Amino acid sequence: MSSCVINSTRASADASLEARIRHDFPILQRPTSNGKRLVYLDSAATAQKPNVVIDRLVRYYREENANIHRGVYDLAERATEAFEGARATLARFINAERSAEIIWTRNTTEAINLVAACWGRHNLKAGDGILLSQLEHHSNLVPWQILAQQTGAELRFIPVTSDGRHELEQLDRLLDGTKIVALTQVSNTFGTITPLDQIVPRAKAAGALVLIDGAQSLPHMAVDVQALGVDFFTASAHKMCGPTGIGFLWGRYALLEAMPPYMSGGDMIANVTYTSATYNELPWKFEAGTSNIADAIAFGCAIEYLEQIGMDWIVAHEQRLTRYALDRLFALEPRGLRVIGPANMHARTGVISFIFADIHPHDLASLLSSDGVCIRAGHHCTMPLMHHLGLSATARLSLYLYNGEDDIDALIDSLEKAARIFKLA
Amino acid sequence: MDDFYREHILDHYRNPRNFGHLDAPTITFADRNPLCGDEVCIELLVDDNERVLDIRFSGKGCAISQAATSMLTESMRGHSLSEIAQWPKEHVLDELGVGMGITPARIKCALLGLKAVKSAALGQIARWPDEQA
Ligand SMILES: Cc1ncc(COP(=O)(O)O)c(C=O)c1O
Repeated sequence: MSSCVINSTRASADASLEARIRHDFPILQRPTSNGKRLVYLDSAATAQKPNVVIDRLVRYYREENANIHRGVYDLAERATEAFEGARATLARFINAERSAEIIWTRNTTEAINLVAACWGRHNLKAGDGILLSQLEHHSNLVPWQILAQQTGAELRFIPVTSDGRHELEQLDRLLDGTKIVALTQVSNTFGTITPLDQIVPRAKAAGALVLIDGAQSLPHMAVDVQALGVDFFTASAHKMCGPTGIGFLWGRYALLEAMPPYMSGGDMIANVTYTSATYNELPWKFEAGTSNIADAIAFGCAIEYLEQIGMDWIVAHEQRLTRYALDRLFALEPRGLRVIGPANMHARTGVISFIFADIHPHDLASLLSSDGVCIRAGHHCTMPLMHHLGLSATARLSLYLYNGEDDIDALIDSLEKAARIFKLA
Repeated sequence: MDDFYREHILDHYRNPRNFGHLDAPTITFADRNPLCGDEVCIELLVDDNERVLDIRFSGKGCAISQAATSMLTESMRGHSLSEIAQWPKEHVLDELGVGMGITPARIKCALLGLKAVKSAALGQIARWPDEQA
């Protein structure tokens, strides 16, 4: 039963589907504060929201609002059903074996913290290895740093090359003594797709658990957590057309069951006396207090929206646009533009980092902003990676299903204008 | 924003004045803008009356922060530390010719150098009147 009313239907002609998709996003119909068309190229930071998701959120509050898992009246039962329905939608989307393996969190960051705290503190001891890569977002780095300090475990890193690819020569040595491997599936800085097919089997053979940070992958590709062969998977709704404030942790049932609760209070309990409590079953054991009901339901709607368009279509569309963007950026190489990241189209997504001659990325982002073009500038929450590669900042554009060639053209026009203002040769 | 990047700003960005290090600075102060990662380090040589004899700055960052700091260093010689500690934001913004026309995020860039210079003069982190400790 789908509670989402979706307007875009799969069309045979790509061009018309592209136009209709853009029409689904009200913010893209609004001019910027200085009257320009909004050219949104920062979806890696957060994605725009289609009408169906916004409407679902509003409809919940207007027509269905009630606390879940408690009331026996009709309204409460319907809210519970919608909330648990969203969990089932997500479970199906990532091919989880059962819905109870999905724990709602606020975002990816909270999901990683949950694993570091509840699994890590009880299973790691001094000298155990925690293996990350040099590409990780601060959210998949700092929780492990703290865990290492608490347990005496040792942080290790899969090195990356100057074009943002993993170097796997030393992998077996790095895996020796490693208890958990935590990797981003797609780099938010370079768009690199992590070669999980080469890493996960070796990690499992070495007896390590594997956690995937899917913040930049799940919005852009089909993910099957069972086929990946991993143990934990995390992502955020807001990067995949859903609302802010909701994300999730997926984990293998037996692992989650063996972990102690994260926070405690209402909802996560089975039986309580004044001196002790027994915990609720999965997934509610990890969902203390009233959940983010409305956003979970709207997240389910965002997933249905993406499914309706088709993850295959999204992958193909983004590949085509990424190719187009790279070609147009490469044409500016003689003027000092340098793309940083993998050149192989099969090893990357539509997150593109670049530097333009001696124009600082912040100046570039400011100049582009006056043309309505939104890109990101800075260290992209990967400060150690920037430092490792001798960069202080890059400019970054990132694509999503609602972008088109006209967005890239607007970006290039604006870059050319910046080159004139900065008097580049 | 476009017309902000005028000739003199680009000139100061590409050819910063008083850039580098002093042999024996009396005061050194480093600061950074965590949002952009812009960095600035100020070195001052002062006389017995706490008047600035010489100044150098180093660091890296956007055109706004680097040009603003470069221009600022040109106006410092001969001023006492207590005068410098009192300089308002306009000391830099007027010089840049932007008034309050730039966005709040970029104003932070414009003021990075002035804040570092005032902090160097005060011997502690300077705060703007409208800024919370
Ligand atoms: C790779 C990666 N991991 C984790 C995060 C953190 O996501 P959130 O802020 O939604 O927790 C991000 C967000 O930028 C990301 O790009």
